[in-house]
Parts: sequence; structure tokens; C-alpha cells
Amino acid sequence: MTIIAPNRVAADLIDEPTDRKRSTLDVALNFMKRQPLGSFGLLIVVVMFAAGVLAEWIAPFDPEENDFSAMMEAPNLVHWLGTDQLGRDIFSRLVFGARTALIVGFSAAFMGGIIGLVLGVSSAYFGGWFDLLFQRVLDVLMAFPLIILALAVVSVFGTGVFNVILAITIPLIPRCGRVVRASALSVREVPYVDAARALGFSHARIVLRHMVPNVIAPFLILLSAFVGQAILAEASLSYLGLGVQEPVPAWGLMLQGGAEEYATTAPWIAVFPGVAIMLTVLGISLFGDALRDAIDPKLRDR
Amino acid sequence: MYVRTALWAAGLGVAAAIAAAPAGAQTPKKGGTLTYMISADASPSFDGHRETTFATVHAVAPYYSVLIRVPPDNPASTTEFVCDLCTELPKPTDGGKTYTFKIRQGVKFHDGSKLTAKDVAATWNKIVFPPKGVTSARVTYYSMVEKIEAPDDATVVFRLKTPSSAFLPAVADPFTWIYKKEIIDKDPRWYEKNIMGSGPFKFVSYAIGQSIKGERNPDYYHKGQPYLDAIEGIFAAKQSVRVDAIRGNRAAIEFRGMPPSARDELVKEAGKDIFVQDSDWNCGNIITPNHKKKPFDDVRVRRALALAVDQWKGAPALSKIAIVRTVGGIVFPGSPLAATKEELQQMAGYWPDIEKSRAEARRLLKEAGAEGLKFELTNRNVDQPYKFVGTWLIGEWKKIGLEVEQKVVPTGPWFQAMRTGAFDVVVDANCQSVVNPPLDTSKYLPQKVYPESYGGYDDPKSIELYNKMLAATDPKEQRAAMRAFEKHTLDTEAHAIVAPYWYRIVPARSYVKGWKISPSHYLNQDLANIWLDK
Repeated sequence: MTIIAPNRVAADLIDEPTDRKRSTLDVALNFMKRQPLGSFGLLIVVVMFAAGVLAEWIAPFDPEENDFSAMMEAPNLVHWLGTDQLGRDIFSRLVFGARTALIVGFSAAFMGGIIGLVLGVSSAYFGGWFDLLFQRVLDVLMAFPLIILALAVVSVFGTGVFNVILAITIPLIPRCGRVVRASALSVREVPYVDAARALGFSHARIVLRHMVPNVIAPFLILLSAFVGQAILAEASLSYLGLGVQEPVPAWGLMLQGGAEEYATTAPWIAVFPGVAIMLTVLGISLFGDALRDAIDPKLRDR
Repeated sequence: MYVRTALWAAGLGVAAAIAAAPAGAQTPKKGGTLTYMISADASPSFDGHRETTFATVHAVAPYYSVLIRVPPDNPASTTEFVCDLCTELPKPTDGGKTYTFKIRQGVKFHDGSKLTAKDVAATWNKIVFPPKGVTSARVTYYSMVEKIEAPDDATVVFRLKTPSSAFLPAVADPFTWIYKKEIIDKDPRWYEKNIMGSGPFKFVSYAIGQSIKGERNPDYYHKGQPYLDAIEGIFAAKQSVRVDAIRGNRAAIEFRGMPPSARDELVKEAGKDIFVQDSDWNCGNIITPNHKKKPFDDVRVRRALALAVDQWKGAPALSKIAIVRTVGGIVFPGSPLAATKEELQQMAGYWPDIEKSRAEARRLLKEAGAEGLKFELTNRNVDQPYKFVGTWLIGEWKKIGLEVEQKVVPTGPWFQAMRTGAFDVVVDANCQSVVNPPLDTSKYLPQKVYPESYGGYDDPKSIELYNKMLAATDPKEQRAAMRAFEKHTLDTEAHAIVAPYWYRIVPARSYVKGWKISPSHYLNQDLANIWLDK
């Protein structure tokens, strides 16, 4: 007869988290091995995130300070990426611009995604006239390309960071709502939802506690795509003069200020913000694709 | 001194440019079509009396005559005027209260009818005393006029309420096109949608937002002119389109003005095929705090805003990237009534020692309890030079601890914000045509006197000083009165900050001859003296 000593049980219990840690690390390593491009994308996102969060410590100059003695300097040892037409350090503006992109990109994506998630699942759950009406509203909103709808919203509410977030959030809601509703329709028919209904749970509880967690996988994938779209939309609005305004550092705005007038005489003014936008959106797209492959069981073993 | 030196240099630059051009020595050649760019979407209407924009002048001025004008061969002059439809510039009589113009005979409208003094008087009555429902944009310029009459077909008499040195320059306004009496009697708004004048070119066609075309008027009264067979103005709001058109020789010139970068690009790529003229510009941005909003009702805060700005360092730096250049006060720097550098340096915003100036600004803010003030700077969604000026100012204000957000809005909402007082501080503009300081500076009067003054203040002292300056007939006395009005406006009350004056740069294909730059993009636009050296 084997007696299990109490201290052995304790040791087993202590070992358990170590196993879990190892398995998380394994998952991460496995992800990197199976998704090298996605890992590269994640690295870009992390670098961008770090730049945005730690901008005050990373940027060597005040991004808004005009320096007339250093106007349009080519990249050099002092100004690594050169200066713009007002003598502002482009590297510092890029680093702080990452913060603007992060704030706008993540805020718009999360707000649009979460509102779309709740509305999409609710639409699937209630069905009937509510679903019909909601879907027609989505049809109308989705008839407009994202940037056009964002332009319309910003022209009504005006420019500025908050309004830009709002302008990008609104077009993202129907895009999320439509996809989530499709997933939620199948969840609605599963027995535990019927059981919850039979037990007299409230609609809010059924939607939020029992349905939403079951559509979270496609939602997360959508969310990653939305962040990229939102960053691109913010840059486009700023480029068109409808996003954040000077002297706030923002990548699209940096392009708008210098791309046309100084494309030949001081190309670095336009090139570096363009590269930053391209790399970030590419990174988020690569990571989003890899995340989809990793989460979707149908694609996991391909 | 600085202003004078800058002007002297600018003047010399223009003179040198003109001298360098072979045009002066050459006999004008006849023929050809001038294709020119108009930096706007379209003209809001064809009626010069109603409109205030260059988009109307550049498109429509070649089809009309005016009574008097700045000399086409010396449009940079701020004091000279010559006849267009009159035969001789009148000497005022009746103690300076009556001006009698003799009208040129044999002038024909483009429909073949005869132009007489009756048409001139009817036109001027429409401008000065517009009938109900008709907009005349410059009514306030002619507030000194009591009566306009045509006693016969060759004479027009202007009777003034009081003598005014501002009258004659106001008559030379380039928007005061002469219309046909019969038409305006029938429908005073007919000219908003139609063109029929007596100018060097006859109207041919107009495609909204695309182009306007005209052909030579064979009956034109200035002998030998116009030299061109035809003209075509192409509308293009986007600068890159206009620069490309001139670079590719699809257009020969754009008359409004381009930034230094566009000039450099064209000169670099086209070399001697591009000829550049430049000039100080009777146009500037005025930064106006809203006196009806706290804390801008406090003169200490307004003075602090002015004291924070380093005009002397900012102007030359901005001139490299934007269409601004010369530091000035409320009077166009080219005028004899303008302040000298020494006079400017006595006022807030022009102190020679910027550190001392900013220290005083911080002290005033602290005293007013407005340290670290946050506010919005409303600006027009036009790059040159509005957004450059706005961004520069925000940087300057940051240096005294102010946190300013720029709110850029399209032209319509920009005007609306100013007219309704929905702003903290706004980047306004004061663009004039003929250099006429007594009238140009009326922009700084309270709104109850001058409707397009947007500061929202009432200031009887300001009106008193202005009237004293306006009534002065002796140039010395008038100059002193102008200084008092300027000091009160910019220093004592700090009603506004005058940003560096704009600088006009007009690159053109070298074969365009005869046209000379002026301090206003509204002036000298009938194109009668242009010829093509092809």
C-alpha cells in the first residue's frame, strides 16, 4: 500500500504552476516556430508599443519644438532621421507619432470592436424584427468605405484626437457586428443557451456570459485587423488635414506637411513617416494572420 | 530700419528682375494665347462689386474697364494712380470735397453700345449706394462719398461729405468694374452670372471649375493693346497641379503667388525658362483673441500672447518655407505711413530682446492668474501661409508655458467661427488691394464700426484715434496719428497680433512679357499689357 505523504501532495501542487509556465513558453516558442512572419509582425507591434509608451525617454528632442537653426537638415548624427521644415526632429516626432497612432488605433479598434461584438451577438440572440432592423442599418453603414464614413463623421464633429477616434470607431462597428453575428447565430442554437433561457437567466446574462465568450476567437482576429485599419485611417485623415492637427506629432500629418512640397529637396521628411506607417500596418497584418492561423483549429495543422 | 531695409532689398529685387528681363527693351509682339492658372476651384460669382476674392479678379478682370487704376507699368507704386476710363486725374475742388472726372469718348461695351459717363455714374452708385438686396462688398470704403452724378455724357462728379486722402486710392480699387447702366437698371444682379464689359478682352466661354476663355477686344481704347489674341484661365486649387502645369509649359503663369519651395523647384528644373518676380504683399495674418471670452478680456493676457512671439527671428525663418517675410505693424510696410523698425520695437510683440519680452509675458500671465493657460487657436484650412503661421505661433506660446491646440477648419466654418465669436483666438487675415492705409487699418476698429473686425471689443478710444488719423490732411500729422492708433491697438490694448506680412512670389515662363508684379494679387490683372515672346 502506498501512502501519499502530505508533503508530496504539496510538492505536486507546487510543481503545477511550473508546468503551466513551461507550457506557456512552449506555446510561445511553438508560435514563433510555426509562424515566423507572425512573430516578426508581433515584434514590430511590440517595438511600436514600446516607442509609444516610452516616448519621453526615447525621443532625444521635444517633438513640437521649432528650431529655425536646423530647418530641413538631412539625417545626421544629431538628428538621426533629419529635421522637417520647421526644424523639428523627425525621429522624435516619429516616436511620439507612434503614441498618437497607438491611442487612436487601439481606442478606435477596441471601442468599435466591443460595441460591434455586443450588438452583433444581441442581434443574433434576439433575432426577429430587431435582427432585421439591425442588419439593414449595418447594410447602410457598410455601403460606405471606411475612410469615406470616417471623413463624413469628422466633417460633422470636427478635428482633434477624440473626434478622430470617434470617426474611425463608427465605421468599425458594423464590420465587427456583421462577422460576430454570423458566429453567434450558431452559438444561439446550442443546448446550454436553451438551458440558460429555461433557467430564467436575463437576456444580458445569456448574451454576455454565455454567448460572447464563445465568439471571442473570431472577434480577437478581427480586432487585430481593426487596429491596423484604424492606424491607417488615422494617417489618412491626418494626411487629408482632417485628423489631429499641427503641431501634434502624427505620422499622416508629417506626410501631409512635407510630402508634396519637399519630395525632391528633402525627401526624408516624407519617407520616414511613410515607412513607419507601412511597417506598423504590415506588422499588425502579419500578426493578425498568424493569430488567425493559430486560433482557428481548421488552419492549425496546415 | 529693418523694414525699410527689407523693402529696399525687395524693391531692388523686383527692379533688378525687371531690369534683367529683356522685356523693357523689346517691342511687344502681337498674337498668341496666354494660358494661366487660377489657384481656386471657381469664381463664386462674376460680380466684382459683390466679391472680395482673387478668384473673381483673376478670372474676370480682363473683361472690364475701371475709372482709375494703379499704373500698369509701375503697379508696385503705393502712391501713383492713372486713368483708365477717365482722361485726366482730377484735382479736388470745393475744399477737397469734389472730384470731377472727364470720361474718355468713343469707348464701346463688348455688345457694341457706347460707354458714357452715365454708365460710370450708375456703376459707382451701385457700388457706393447698393440697392436693397444687392451686396456691395466695399461700401465702407466709400463712406466719405455723399453723391455721385453724371451731368453729361462725358463727366462724372463725386461729392464727398468731408475731404479725405483715402478717396482717390479707394476709387482705384480693382473690383470696381464699369457695368452698363441699362443692364443694372433692369437687373442689378445680372452681372453675378454674366460678363459684359468694355475691357481688353471679350468673354468667350466659362466651364465651371475648369476654365474661362476670352478673345482680343478689337475696339479696345488703349492704342495697340491688348497684345494677345486670346486668354484662357484654368482653375486648379491644388498647388502641385499648378506647378506641374507651369513646369510642363501647359500654362505660362499663376498670378496669386507660390511658396519658396515651388519657386525653387521650378527654377531648378526649368532654369532660364522660368522668370521669377517677387514683392512685399499687402496681405497679412492678424491673430485675434476673442475679448468676449475669458481670460482674453484681460489685456494682460492679450499682451502676454504678443510678447511671447519672436517676430524678428521668426519672419526670416518662415520666409524660407512660407509666403511670409516682412515684419510690420498695422500699416503695409511699403507705405510712407508704416512704422519703422525702431517704432515697431516700442510695442508689445516687437521688443528687440525676446528673453526680456517673454519674462514680461510670464509675469503678466502670473499676475492675471493665467499661467499654463490652455486654449484653442482656430485656423483656416489653407497651408500657405495660415497653417505655417499657426504652427509657428503655437511653438512661440509654448515657450511661455501656454498649451495651445490648433483647430483647423475649412473656409466656410472659419468665417462662421469669426462672425459668431465661436473661438478663443483666431488666425484672421487682412488682404487689401490698393495700398490705402487709412482704409486698410479700419480692420482694427471695433466691430460696431467695422463689421469684419472679429475681436468682439468695444473701444471708443480706438475710434477716436482712428478718426483723428483719417481726418488729418498733413502727411506728417497723419503719420503721427497713425502711430498713436497703432500703439493703442497693438500695445496698449493688444487687440491683435500682426504676423509677418505675406510675400508674393510669381514664377512664370520666361516668354511672358509685359506683366509686372504689384503688392497685391488683386491689382494689374486686366492682362492688356502682356505679350508672348515666342
